[in-house]
Amino acid sequence: MTRKAYYARKIKRAAQLLFYKRHRKPGVKGWELKNKLGSDYPKILKVLDGHLEKLDLQVKTVFEGEKPAEKPTLEELNRARFFITLRGGLPSKDAKMMGWRIDDIAGLATAISYLISKKGKAPREEVEDLLRTKLPGWRVDMNMSRYIRAGYLAEDKNSMLYLDWRTRAEVDQKALVDLILLK
Amino acid sequence: MSTKEKKLNSERLQRVIQLCKSVEDRGIDPFALDVDDIIVTLQKYFPEWESPEELALDAEALQCLASVIKNQGDWVKHRSTSLYTDPFLLEEKIQRLDKEELAELFMEVWNPIIEQEQISIPSLAEALKYWQALLPISERWQKNGSLMVETGATTREELVRLRILAEKTFLEELEAFWKELKQKVGEAEKILYWDFVGADTYSETMDRAYMTSFLVTYGYATLELLPLEEEVYIKPFKEPRSKLAEKQTVSVPISVSSEEWMKWKEGRQ
Repeated sequence: MTRKAYYARKIKRAAQLLFYKRHRKPGVKGWELKNKLGSDYPKILKVLDGHLEKLDLQVKTVFEGEKPAEKPTLEELNRARFFITLRGGLPSKDAKMMGWRIDDIAGLATAISYLISKKGKAPREEVEDLLRTKLPGWRVDMNMSRYIRAGYLAEDKNSMLYLDWRTRAEVDQKALVDLILLK
Repeated sequence: MSTKEKKLNSERLQRVIQLCKSVEDRGIDPFALDVDDIIVTLQKYFPEWESPEELALDAEALQCLASVIKNQGDWVKHRSTSLYTDPFLLEEKIQRLDKEELAELFMEVWNPIIEQEQISIPSLAEALKYWQALLPISERWQKNGSLMVETGATTREELVRLRILAEKTFLEELEAFWKELKQKVGEAEKILYWDFVGADTYSETMDRAYMTSFLVTYGYATLELLPLEEEVYIKPFKEPRSKLAEKQTVSVPISVSSEEWMKWKEGRQ
């Protein structure tokens, strides 16, 4: 098999693994990709990312803890989770197609940005109070449960809210805070 | 110090612990706590503590205080990062923005995950094949009537063949293993754990580690731990010590990973 054919086959397999939901949570762990694609999977993902760029999509890597300051090691990549996400933003009218009302998105933006400013965690009560200033109480409660169920927020036994895996995968946190402050 | 005073002071320590915990649990500003004052209090009370309970309470308070100081460090670190924003300023900005504006700017930074759930023709064909081969539930769950079998005697060989009995009983195997340990140890009285457990293959090593754990549990041998040298020795007893079970025993976890085994094997070569 030529080198080109080898990579073409691997890229196709990587796309299948990343696009199709395999577990309850979307995305694929680095070690799973290593098992299926071989140890040069970071290189294959890089080529796939290049192909996806033309479609305004990207391969997104979410590391276990904080994003490593330098080039990630293979060990860190193996523990990371990989997703395919949109590369650019969406027009707000398209959000409706994804099953989100404008209220839901505004509430999510508020909750996420507030948690970012509070070092990633805050009491649920505080976040709900903030949301209640613009949304009816019944909707606040419903939305909060939805954000938690979807993996944007997590709640512990002390009713503290945290940013969860989906926020880390989908939201550019710094850009969000900057945009709010610029308004 | 009177008992009443002691009780009051220990209550004060409990309040300190609760206060420190609430910083961690409720996300309160860790600088709201006067750490210096708490340290002075702990220093003042410490000489009076006598019972293990009182000393444990003091240690817990100290540990909670250390986590508050760690929190202060994280707080400063967070404030120095580009992600830090004054929550009040942000709250103010959010209050001023309307829902549409907020949603609009969130859409700019939101890159939702793409995921698909779709059946393919090959997987449909595979599923159909399975369905055709699948017996109806009435047949699969059919209860077989009990067969009338003449009773009779069986032999030990027959039970070994059916894998109901092992060729050797576990205790026989364990005793043979104990003899092997005694032989290997010889005059030295003890042997390095890995030198006894290690074998040519990893699976054999796992088997030996498993049997060794029973040697120790059933009182045929004991472990000697040298924490500073990070070495574990195994020492066989001349006679099994059945009274060992009456004593309070401790579990000793020993990692027998393939990496450790490789390391041992390389060292031996």
